[in-house]
Amino acid sequence: MIIEWGHFALVLAFLLALCQTVFPLWGAARNRPAWMAVAVPAAWGQLLFLALSYGVLTYAFVSHDFSVLYVAQNSNSTLPLIYRLTGVWGGHEGSILLWVLILSGWTVAVAASARQLPTAYAARVIGVMGAISVGFLAFILFTSNPFVRQFPVPVDGQDLNPLLQDPGMVIHPPMLYMGYVGFSVAFALAVAALLGGRLDATWARWSRPWTTAAWMFLTVGIALGSHWAYYELGWGGWWFWDPVENASFMPWLTGTALIHSLAVTEKRDGFKAWSVLLALTTFSLSLLGTFLVRSGVLTSVHAFATDPGRGLFILVFLTLVVGGSLMLYAWRAPRVRSLITFAPLSRESLLLANNVLLVVAAAAVLLGTLYPLAVDALGLGKLSVGPPYFNTVFVPLMLPLIVLMGLGPLVAWRQGRGGELARVALRIGLPALGLALLCLVVFGLGWRRYLLAVSLWLAFWTLGFSLYGIGQRLGRRGFSPRAWAQLPRGFYGMHLAHAGIALFMIGAGVVSALEAERVVRLAPGESTELAGYAFRLESVYPITGPNYTAEEALIVVSRAGREVARLTPQKRLYTVRRQAMTQTAFDAGMTRDLFAALGDPLPGGAWSVRVHYKPMVRWIWMGTALMALGGLLAITDRRYRLATARVRSTPMKGAVGA
Amino acid sequence: MMRFLLPLGAFLLLVALLYVGLGLNPREVPSPLVGRPAPAFVLPTLADPERRISEQDLAVAPVTLLNVWASWCAACVEEHPVLSAWVKRRGLPLVGLNYKDDSEQARAWLARFGNPFRDIAVDRDGRVGIDWGVYGVPETFVIDRAGIIRYKHIGPLTPQVIVEKLDPLIDALQQAGGAP
Repeated sequence: MIIEWGHFALVLAFLLALCQTVFPLWGAARNRPAWMAVAVPAAWGQLLFLALSYGVLTYAFVSHDFSVLYVAQNSNSTLPLIYRLTGVWGGHEGSILLWVLILSGWTVAVAASARQLPTAYAARVIGVMGAISVGFLAFILFTSNPFVRQFPVPVDGQDLNPLLQDPGMVIHPPMLYMGYVGFSVAFALAVAALLGGRLDATWARWSRPWTTAAWMFLTVGIALGSHWAYYELGWGGWWFWDPVENASFMPWLTGTALIHSLAVTEKRDGFKAWSVLLALTTFSLSLLGTFLVRSGVLTSVHAFATDPGRGLFILVFLTLVVGGSLMLYAWRAPRVRSLITFAPLSRESLLLANNVLLVVAAAAVLLGTLYPLAVDALGLGKLSVGPPYFNTVFVPLMLPLIVLMGLGPLVAWRQGRGGELARVALRIGLPALGLALLCLVVFGLGWRRYLLAVSLWLAFWTLGFSLYGIGQRLGRRGFSPRAWAQLPRGFYGMHLAHAGIALFMIGAGVVSALEAERVVRLAPGESTELAGYAFRLESVYPITGPNYTAEEALIVVSRAGREVARLTPQKRLYTVRRQAMTQTAFDAGMTRDLFAALGDPLPGGAWSVRVHYKPMVRWIWMGTALMALGGLLAITDRRYRLATARVRSTPMKGAVGA
Repeated sequence: MMRFLLPLGAFLLLVALLYVGLGLNPREVPSPLVGRPAPAFVLPTLADPERRISEQDLAVAPVTLLNVWASWCAACVEEHPVLSAWVKRRGLPLVGLNYKDDSEQARAWLARFGNPFRDIAVDRDGRVGIDWGVYGVPETFVIDRAGIIRYKHIGPLTPQVIVEKLDPLIDALQQAGGAP
């Protein structure tokens, strides 16, 4: 009976989403305050019923209710509690339910701060988010209902996909969805601004913290996914250019561009139409990502649940949402005038270059992701586009971007001073280059590691400019503790995020250039040597987990005769699905990861063992953590908290009474 | 005005591409075996390990079906009632290939769900499965009187697949092969 309550709550949430869409949007168009007032309570009610529905599904997982088809497909009586809780989003139906729940959470967050916004604008924003929710709830109710029962009730469930039975999977999907769905706020703010005809600096000011918040979650989500793939898929790579990864990376790229173009829109009232288009594009790419992952048009290592029937539904929905918003854009944007002028060397021009590079990079990723589909659709055969394409196209676009990233914050708005900038660039660039070369020499890496040298140089360049930028601002205030406290958090946030990119460059550069791996046949007692470390296979023994049996190997790693790590990789067989899984083991460190995976048993009691040496690979995720932290600092900037009372907006030219 | 319509135009092109893409199946791997003779094998039967069955036994009727299954395969349970009802309705000879399975568990599975198979070959280590290009369990092969593989379905049979693909093919084969 409780299951049916969950279903019923979902239906009620759907009806409330309809109310949340129709009344506020109609009320805003007809200027009826009573209708617009529906927005906030409807948003809260929707969240309440969605949480109830989600709670019921969780209850079904926890209580092993295998009469629910979805539970039977994704759980098992031996599944540990933590994976029963996360198994709720382990399949298609539940993950879409999580998607809507998070959307509803963001809507309520907007509704809670809606008093800062003009009434009609707030009503429109909440109404647009309601419309997105209507689409997804209809999708769940009509094609992907997680509450469908089955009779006869199976004795036991089919277990959760073993790939997802991992601590990394506990937090990765919610974070990623927080990011994906978070961009719906920027989308709704842009659409509402287009609908209402107010597209000004105030709109940009409201959009900025929401965009940065979504970007922060997406950054964390992508980083966690990358880390999960690194150790769970057992290939030792940290980025595969897989369609599903690309699906999350494209909104990240355009979202990053949006953050920067909104800065111009807010500070200088420029790039308005462009910022709107980026806001629409970023959320559209999030929806496209959902479509690509859920419809099965692309094969991917991550595609866990695909179904063409559902794909058509999402495609129609995608067309309505994105097509509708772009039509609105084509209708309204021509009237937007950005009346700013700026010199060829100015903060604006550098941010414009930043935007062009990021959008071109996103387009390149989109092209590579969809190219196999296009070729197949035109009947030209089946092919796949791999890392060689992406690395060839992507890396050259990123290098100039990072050069600009160092310079940008130092250049003045409107008109930068070229001579001074060139002097600073020399004073930072030359020592950075020297330091990079020194690193190569000190660590005995030779001169010919060009890409590594460039990565290190750009990383030091970025760090140097950030330190210089902070020092310059502090210097004007005499470096006192008060001066530290007076600088806005947004300023620190920006430099922290840029420094995160630098750490990422160091990690990615070093690991790409110096990683080593070796696949060897090892019998117990034998050892192999890799990058100065001796990996000795001590023994292999059977163990039993809650829902799997496994062979575990004990590998002792030593360096110069001293033991540094004990690795216990496993070869698991999940008993219910009869699925074999390689559980890698790694010893993480700031300077290097040591990583071992157990392959297949070989004749004579030996095993095939794969060992990796991954220098500084942690820096990649440390860098992303720093980027996210920078985002967090920026959204807690006090000017957003103080923005409440100072609502000033000017109507868009020619839009009054339109 | 025109330049503001560009994003919309680009998006509509993308939608058209995705719509065509939906009709394609990236999992549809063309099987090189279709149209070729069934790969040779000699395997013990599940009912009596002393008795052998070979690919010759598949070329005795106008149409013979070979279904690859295993007791550990969840989708086989799902497929089982559809497959059983269909072969019973059409009176088709169905041979099973018990793939990488424990024979005791396979017998228990048949005892529990029912046995629609005329005969079952035991492919304990999956060698024959490799020759037959088994991609995932379950799979169903349609073989004609000449021992040629005419069709291969990957994944559980559904009523839709039977009505749209298999029934017309089997009608044609039975008409052609009814009088050899």
